[in-house]
Amino acid sequence: MSGVEARFEGRRGGFRLEAAFSAPARGVTALYGPSGSGKTTLLRCIAGLERMEGRLEVKGQVWQDGRRFLPTHRRPIGYVFQEPSLLPHLSVKGNLLYALRRSGGAARVGLEEVVGLLGLEPLLERRPARLSGGERQRVAIGRALLTQPELLLMDEPLAGLHADAKAEILPYLERLHAALDMPVIYVSHDAAEIARLADHLLTIREGRIVASAPMRGAAADPLEAAARDQVARMAPDELRRLALAAVLAGLEAESSATVHDIDGGSDRPGPTS
Amino acid sequence: MGEVVALTVGLAATTAALLLVLATPLAWWLARSRSWWVEPVAAVAALPIVLPPTVLGFYLLIALGPSSPLMALLHPFGVRTLNFTFPGLVIGSMIYSLPFAVQPLRGAFEAIGERPLEAAATLRASPLDAFFTVALPMARRGFLAAAILVFAHTVGEFGVVLMIGGAIPGRTEVLSIRIYHLVEQLKWGEAHLIAGGLLAFAFLAVLAMLTAGRRLGRIVP
Repeated sequence: MSGVEARFEGRRGGFRLEAAFSAPARGVTALYGPSGSGKTTLLRCIAGLERMEGRLEVKGQVWQDGRRFLPTHRRPIGYVFQEPSLLPHLSVKGNLLYALRRSGGAARVGLEEVVGLLGLEPLLERRPARLSGGERQRVAIGRALLTQPELLLMDEPLAGLHADAKAEILPYLERLHAALDMPVIYVSHDAAEIARLADHLLTIREGRIVASAPMRGAAADPLEAAARDQVARMAPDELRRLALAAVLAGLEAESSATVHDIDGGSDRPGPTS
Repeated sequence: MGEVVALTVGLAATTAALLLVLATPLAWWLARSRSWWVEPVAAVAALPIVLPPTVLGFYLLIALGPSSPLMALLHPFGVRTLNFTFPGLVIGSMIYSLPFAVQPLRGAFEAIGERPLEAAATLRASPLDAFFTVALPMARRGFLAAAILVFAHTVGEFGVVLMIGGAIPGRTEVLSIRIYHLVEQLKWGEAHLIAGGLLAFAFLAVLAMLTAGRRLGRIVP
């Protein structure tokens, strides 16, 4: 069964989004591109927080087409915003329960499981204002999981954090990946994060998806993990080259890979900064 | 004396309670809508701040009088006029104090911003659910400020209640009007008592607003 089939078209101010892609029903799909390329807008369209023309189908359910538009609160998504977005008037536990109580039906992901998985036990009684940036994001991730999402959307959850906080959260994200069977769309402009987390890579530039390919080495054997670890410690420039090589290798090897648009010349997909 | 105090407090409490309920949807709309009508409507709602109370009282006197089309709707129920009655005073006070409820509520709703409500939507909260479980609790300082301001402002009103209430002892005579009558009758001792009491009350109301507002805490998203 297919995961996400999306096509959106529209304008926000001077920016034009014209993106179409499909993402697999399992694993982490990274949405990768430089700032201002439309990653967040695209993710918000998938969540229904932004409304543009188009069509969206998730696991066989149509969420949006010409006639229908499912409002955000009816979409079985979990969403992690880039900035902390915990409800400030509730404790950490209150935030988690807010999500759990509204999830409806049987909880596949329980409160204790999430608390254990993300190490939230010592934080439960605290107010969001009394948490560090990394702690807030861990709670936000836990809260998103407790909505029992069929699709988890993460908008650069590590972007606003210091290197220490990033290093603190990344292992949790990897654990999630291993423990939970739900598709994730992960927005990032950080090649190191993507190298560690992603199974599939979508590259977006100036509002268009320019490449879609599986990531090499998505398997979970220890050697691979060590290699990934090494990758995570590489310098940004090195990493960009490596990520590019990975994408291009994927493009050549996988018949399922597609290149929608590479605007000619020496310009190659990837960050330009 | 006791009945004047009871009437004043009763009027202020009723006005504050009803006005908070009615001003909330208006303030919410003013804070969230992108309609062209927002500022014109906000201006109308703010008019009582700048209008002389006698102007307001004059129009209310007509609107609540027996020949007004508004009152014609109540004639089948045996109500000919609301002038010189407690319900009439409540209606007048609500209009007079409307800006003091709308402004703090609108400010509090605007301060919440888009993000917490978007977050609530991604947590499956319907717009109504999010309003009650996110917007209202986050705007509690605004509600506290609005409640105290409306209550105190109603206790302090004079022109409107005099115009539409007529200062009937036991029915529509409130403290501020009683002072006026006492001074006219040269009963300065009693006037001092009420004036001093109202001064102390006004100070305590404002102090309560400032300190309780701080205790509730500024909510940082």
